[in-house]
Amino acid sequence: MNLELSDSLQLTIDELSDKYSDKLIEVYQSSGDTFARIEADALLDVCTFLKEEHHFVYLSDVIGTDRYTSDERFEVIYNLLSLKNRDRLFLKVRCNEENPEVDSVVPVWPGANWNEREVYDMFGIRFKNHPDHRRIFMPEDFQYFPLRKEFPLLGIKGSIELPNTTPDTE
Amino acid sequence: MKLSDIQSKVNSTFFKEHQKQLYQSLEDKHTTIEQMDDGDPLTSKMILNMGPQHPATHGVLRLVLQLDGETIEKVKLDIGYLHRGVEKIAENKTYQEFMPYTDRMDYLSPYSNNVALCTAVEKIASVEVPERAHYIRMIGCELARISSHLLWLGTMVMDAGAVSFFIWTFKEREKVYDIMDLLAGHRFTVSHSRIGGVANDITDEAMAAIKEFARDFPKEIKDYHKLLDRNRLFFDRNEAVGVLQTKDALAIGAAGPVLRATGYGYDIRKFAPYARYDEVEFGVPTRLEGDNLARYFVRMEEMTESIRIINQCIEKLPKGPVRTDNAKQAYPSKDEVYYSMEGMIHDFMMTDTGICPPEGAEAYHAVESPKGELGYFIQSDGTGHPWRLKINAPSFANLQVLENVLDGEMVADTVVIIGGLDPVMGEADK
Repeated sequence: MNLELSDSLQLTIDELSDKYSDKLIEVYQSSGDTFARIEADALLDVCTFLKEEHHFVYLSDVIGTDRYTSDERFEVIYNLLSLKNRDRLFLKVRCNEENPEVDSVVPVWPGANWNEREVYDMFGIRFKNHPDHRRIFMPEDFQYFPLRKEFPLLGIKGSIELPNTTPDTE
Repeated sequence: MKLSDIQSKVNSTFFKEHQKQLYQSLEDKHTTIEQMDDGDPLTSKMILNMGPQHPATHGVLRLVLQLDGETIEKVKLDIGYLHRGVEKIAENKTYQEFMPYTDRMDYLSPYSNNVALCTAVEKIASVEVPERAHYIRMIGCELARISSHLLWLGTMVMDAGAVSFFIWTFKEREKVYDIMDLLAGHRFTVSHSRIGGVANDITDEAMAAIKEFARDFPKEIKDYHKLLDRNRLFFDRNEAVGVLQTKDALAIGAAGPVLRATGYGYDIRKFAPYARYDEVEFGVPTRLEGDNLARYFVRMEEMTESIRIINQCIEKLPKGPVRTDNAKQAYPSKDEVYYSMEGMIHDFMMTDTGICPPEGAEAYHAVESPKGELGYFIQSDGTGHPWRLKINAPSFANLQVLENVLDGEMVADTVVIIGGLDPVMGEADK
């Protein structure tokens, strides 16, 4: 792999690939950011390892994405920050379309609570063992997941009817 | 109080499932460590619903508080009343078209939001920004920080009971609005930044106004300090209220001044300098106490540092273009558009398709907005629209802090703590 990494991040990636060689799928860079994709079942172990051994104590954000029409449709990206070494690492896990579920990282970073609720609200990805698994922006009665690609911009079933766009023709 | 009792009393007429789950969640919070007293012979316990329409919550924030007398036993927040789905909108707009929506995210410092989006797009599409544009952006960002902190100061002191102070900070804020009017052509939603630079150069008139503001404002800050720093009433309301430890702040993910007031000097401008923040001198104010008073001192000192940065930027402001001269990456100047055919075609193409980052590229770029780390994560599919655009909003992170620090405080301190954390619902609700 041809990556331009800082010394501390290189060490992190090396140890990660040593310790979790069968769980680490790929490490790559895009626009200067470093991404590491791992198997979903190793998520909690890897997160604990990164936090305890490599000072990734601050979880900046949890991002959900919809890789529509690809296998393993949904992806959850953890934006991790090592304040000591000034490194930023993006950890990725994928989950399938039928029953999207990944482990909750709230035991590792309590701040993931709301971020995971947001991902659930927008994509319908469930988080195992989440302490407060509710929607966050949309009301509980709302049945859809708005950031999924198939969700339309207009004309949601059961919503207030749209005004007539061609007023002349009745 | 049992859930069934609340349900019968509230008797909500819409979003029934939502209300039920919210109260259920409140009932479940901390139940492993404390036992609810079913007897409660003095009926000192009650559940108080605060907001979403409440003047002190700075927007449409709703808190459901369980009180024991005047003490808050536990609290749950309900947000999303201002949810407009901007991330979904972004997926259906070109990058430049989306920028006015960012003005309406954190509407107290629109300039920072514009810069945050533009720097993220510039990173993913590798656009070079001219030197002069960097400095203009820094001036704009620091003015936005002062404007945002002035609103926080006025409302926070007003929440604590002093109404006249609000008028004085707004007098200064008005000056920042006037500068924005001269600089960008808009007072409030500025949309001044462009991908590849800024919309227009600083005029002499705007420059004079900025210089005048930078000269006079430190005196105003001194007056604010004089009024509040040794004010017994202000101290009693804010000292040891809403205390957050450094360890907890990092664990919960507190952002910006809230984190810095607990003692950790995490500032994106130092952590990963963008624009030309590595070429100016400034300090990152921190405090160790982590209470509301510490947040007050941190933000006050940040305003002084902002003035320092503005002065250095004015001094260093280089000559040159304000937007990159590459028609495939940024809008051509209006002179070109009106007087040359290519210019007009390029302008049309920029509006119609916009800038197209490489397929499969991903990038995250954060700036230090007045509220904290404001980051944009973009995934591109090679077209002019982002495949996914995620906004990492500092107010969202700080509202989660609020849910954690309110437990055990007095109910009268609620508004002061909300004022001290300074959340903006437009940003938190996306």
